[in-house]
Amino acid sequence: MSQPTPVMPAPEAPVKSLAKPEMKRTREGFGHGLLELGEKRPNVFVLVGDLSGSTNVSFFAEKFPDRFLQIGIAEQNMMCVAAGLAALGKIPYLATYGAFASCRSADQMRVTVAYTDLPVKIGGAHGGISVGPDGATHQAMEEIAIVRSIPNMKLIVPCDYWETKKATIAMADDPHPNYIRFGREPVPVVTDANTPFTLGKANVLREGKDIALIACGVMVYEALVAADALAERGIQARVVNMHTLKPIDVDAIERAARECGAIVTAEEHQVNGGLGGAVAEVVVRTHPVPMELVAVHDRFGRSGKQEELMAAFGIKSPDVIAAAERALRRKKG
Amino acid sequence: MPRLQLSLDELRERALFVRRDIITLLARSQSGHSGGPLSSTDFGTALFFHEMDVNPERLDDPGRDLWHFSIGHVTPVIYSLMAERGYFPLVDLLGFRQFKGHLQGHPSKHDTPGIEVSAGSLGQGLSVCCGMAYGSRFDRSTRRVYCVMGDGEQQEGQIWEASMFAAHYKLDNLCAVIDYNRKQIDGDVQDVLGIAPLADKWRAFGWHVVEVDGHDIPGVLAAFDEARATKGKPTVILAHTVMGKGISFMEDDYKWHGVPPSVEQAEKALAELGTSLASWTRRLETHTARAVTPSANGGAS
Repeated sequence: MSQPTPVMPAPEAPVKSLAKPEMKRTREGFGHGLLELGEKRPNVFVLVGDLSGSTNVSFFAEKFPDRFLQIGIAEQNMMCVAAGLAALGKIPYLATYGAFASCRSADQMRVTVAYTDLPVKIGGAHGGISVGPDGATHQAMEEIAIVRSIPNMKLIVPCDYWETKKATIAMADDPHPNYIRFGREPVPVVTDANTPFTLGKANVLREGKDIALIACGVMVYEALVAADALAERGIQARVVNMHTLKPIDVDAIERAARECGAIVTAEEHQVNGGLGGAVAEVVVRTHPVPMELVAVHDRFGRSGKQEELMAAFGIKSPDVIAAAERALRRKKG
Repeated sequence: MPRLQLSLDELRERALFVRRDIITLLARSQSGHSGGPLSSTDFGTALFFHEMDVNPERLDDPGRDLWHFSIGHVTPVIYSLMAERGYFPLVDLLGFRQFKGHLQGHPSKHDTPGIEVSAGSLGQGLSVCCGMAYGSRFDRSTRRVYCVMGDGEQQEGQIWEASMFAAHYKLDNLCAVIDYNRKQIDGDVQDVLGIAPLADKWRAFGWHVVEVDGHDIPGVLAAFDEARATKGKPTVILAHTVMGKGISFMEDDYKWHGVPPSVEQAEKALAELGTSLASWTRRLETHTARAVTPSANGGAS
């Protein structure tokens, strides 16, 4: 980002209660965002690959049936039909599970959509291991690595319902291809209707100068919980909500490195090529500091409940705390 | 902008020019595909110089017909048709596949004016055209959408996803043409992975199928008319062609799928087409094909 991020006078999000947060589905944010877009923009179309209900595009389908396109179980075709619509000046949003959007139709996303630089808006539902019982095939954990490696693509991993809704709406203003990753299960609400959202500009949710916790998606909540626990030990952790993975907020990362001197990244994604790697790419060329990466470490997921899976795969707040301790030891050492 | 609708004699002359362009630009680049461009030349010429309503003077003309080659590797014929139709100067053809030119090995929207959507990975173009056809109908546009595919490309699964989509949504403003030259890069299509009976497959998928000799220009024009008149379903034209058509030593030989002629071979080929490398290069360097009309053919022979 060329424009410097202004120093936040106060945290941007009023986090009501970390212990008992309101729980809401991010996919509902996608569905409600589309509904709002449908009203505002007559050129927004929605395409779905036989998953209207589980991606919540059914809200749009009921209200705007003439701009809703059922593609059937054919993700490759869906990606390119969307491209054809975009070539005519439409803004097509497509929805399927992230595992399919990012992998099954990766070539179509790369060649037809991104190389042509068409404003196709890709909605990847059921992102991360928190999908739960469906198991490894449906737990998309490679999207960040795949999507951010493709030129012209932008990638958003919003943290909660409100941010998903705002990001979904904001994408319509960007005349380039975008990918948004959201989840299945209800997740803690950590922002509200008034929290600012600007594509490509990270939000600082909690100030601190001892260490920076940079997170995306559901891990933003886990980072906030970890920051609370660290504060009890006298460690002030900055929590950065890196909702846009590409273009990544270089300035926010550089400031975190310079002002905090140690960084922990947290993501519900494979460690290879994810948020941690993206942040590290900035850190090594601006202000190298000790870093620890909380992520899924090169494993496929498995069936289970959201909470038990996140704990088993090492991406809960205690894992963030342990990573912070490691990073702080290296910082002092 | 009306359709050009050149006469048969003019179309045949234009097709001859396109073949000369193809050989000349490949001789210059020493990289690129020979066989498919030459098999697509005749129906491609009918498409660009008779059938379609396009406006090279105004690329975003809202009334224009849309065309897309799903077989991105046949850029020699795509670029020749575009240059001869006036999208860009003929001399640009000599920069084919060169770093400094604007003609990429496979079509790129942001490099070449007039390309609607970039292409190059096989099997994707029909889906793109489905989106264009659906969106055009939504807009109540009378435009038609043309998609050129290869026969080997029929092996891609996505083709059949798109095929189902177009029939399901009754996209009768969509016309696909398959360059059925029976060859692909590894050999005869039927040996590599059989696609027959292709017409039956498309019929079973709900399309109107027209089979035609893809080198017989009147027959191709009649096929386009039949597609135009077909309502309630999309049309696919199976254009039976010969790979390398027009060059004796290239015809029907799969080895010419992905290679250019050497300069010596190009001289021989151009002699068969009634010209020489030097004189056709000079024509490309000195003539402009802008504002093509039925009476101005813009070329030496």
